[in-house]
Amino acid sequence: MSNFVNGLLRFRRGPWEMLATIIIALGVFMLMQPFVIWAFTYSFITTLVGTVMFIIVSHFPEDD
Amino acid sequence: MSDKTVDRVAAATPAPVARKIKGLSDRAIAWIFVAPTIFLLLAINIFPLIWTIRLSFTNYKANRINREPEFIGLRNYERILTDSDIWLNMQATAHFLFWTIFFQVLIGFTLAWLINKKFKGNDLWTTIIVLPMMLSPAVVGNFWKFLYQPQIGLFNYIVGFFTGKDPSSFEMLGSVNLAPWSIVIVDTWMWTPFVMLICLAGLRSIPDYIYEAAEIDRASKIRQFFTITIPMVLPFLMLAVLFRGIENFKMFDLVVQLTGGGPGSTTELTSINLKREAFEKWRTGYASAYAIILFVTVFGLASIYVKALNKVKER
Repeated sequence: MSNFVNGLLRFRRGPWEMLATIIIALGVFMLMQPFVIWAFTYSFITTLVGTVMFIIVSHFPEDD
Repeated sequence: MSDKTVDRVAAATPAPVARKIKGLSDRAIAWIFVAPTIFLLLAINIFPLIWTIRLSFTNYKANRINREPEFIGLRNYERILTDSDIWLNMQATAHFLFWTIFFQVLIGFTLAWLINKKFKGNDLWTTIIVLPMMLSPAVVGNFWKFLYQPQIGLFNYIVGFFTGKDPSSFEMLGSVNLAPWSIVIVDTWMWTPFVMLICLAGLRSIPDYIYEAAEIDRASKIRQFFTITIPMVLPFLMLAVLFRGIENFKMFDLVVQLTGGGPGSTTELTSINLKREAFEKWRTGYASAYAIILFVTVFGLASIYVKALNKVKER
């Protein structure tokens, strides 16, 4: 966990990609879940943030 | 030999072309070769995408080309993302996605595991199992429509044979409860071989010496399965899940042939609903916003897919 946080603080590709992946997966889940409509409403912006973030962070330097 | 080929190519180049490219750098020649592809990519992929994004902020209707489209900001997105009918379509898609992937992975992995054992007729069985995915979805849709016929369908007859139910007492495609399952069954039948092939590639990539080492350490077969086979095949399985997930999220042809989205809208997946909005109701601006929402979702999933692919490559 501390490696993950350190990676985030040092702008390393691995942890940031992982974070973006989690956000995308969360957005897709919110889009398709049958429980609450507000999650459906905010699903697009969540997926969009995750996807844009993924594109940006994939240019970060690799882990040491 | 290569010199001769080079000489022949040089000799065959028409004089005007040879004069034009003489003196061009390698980089310039490379650009000349790549330019048609880039141009096609821009014209066929990038321009329509940008145009769709633009249209998604308007109330444009493609059947009223004389009417000037009005800029309405994010209203299309707001309407779509607060529409409970579209939310239901998304849930129908989620049901389809979840269960097709679940069954395809379960059956596909089991089949791969069995096929990976050396036995007589192994290759023949692989070919037979792979046949469904080689068929066209339109053919498969029509073919299963007959199988699901309550009076003459083989599917109903087999279910009736095993359960003792009258085959004509239930209708797979006409029932609100059964129709979502009927499309899951057909997609599973068609695409399980694909998952099986990916799993088979994963299983065959595991070196024998790992199992031999485990045997020496007296690890049981179950232990070997859970500590060697599953972890080594997992990246391949993930790849199969993502690939099928992206494909099924866009599923259109098979379901249109089978149920047409019905009964009611129980099997109306997002792609079918999108087509209705765009080409039956002619709400082009609205449909463009809808398409962008689906595009971003698929693009996001594709990003994860590429990451998983890189992990597999690293192995």
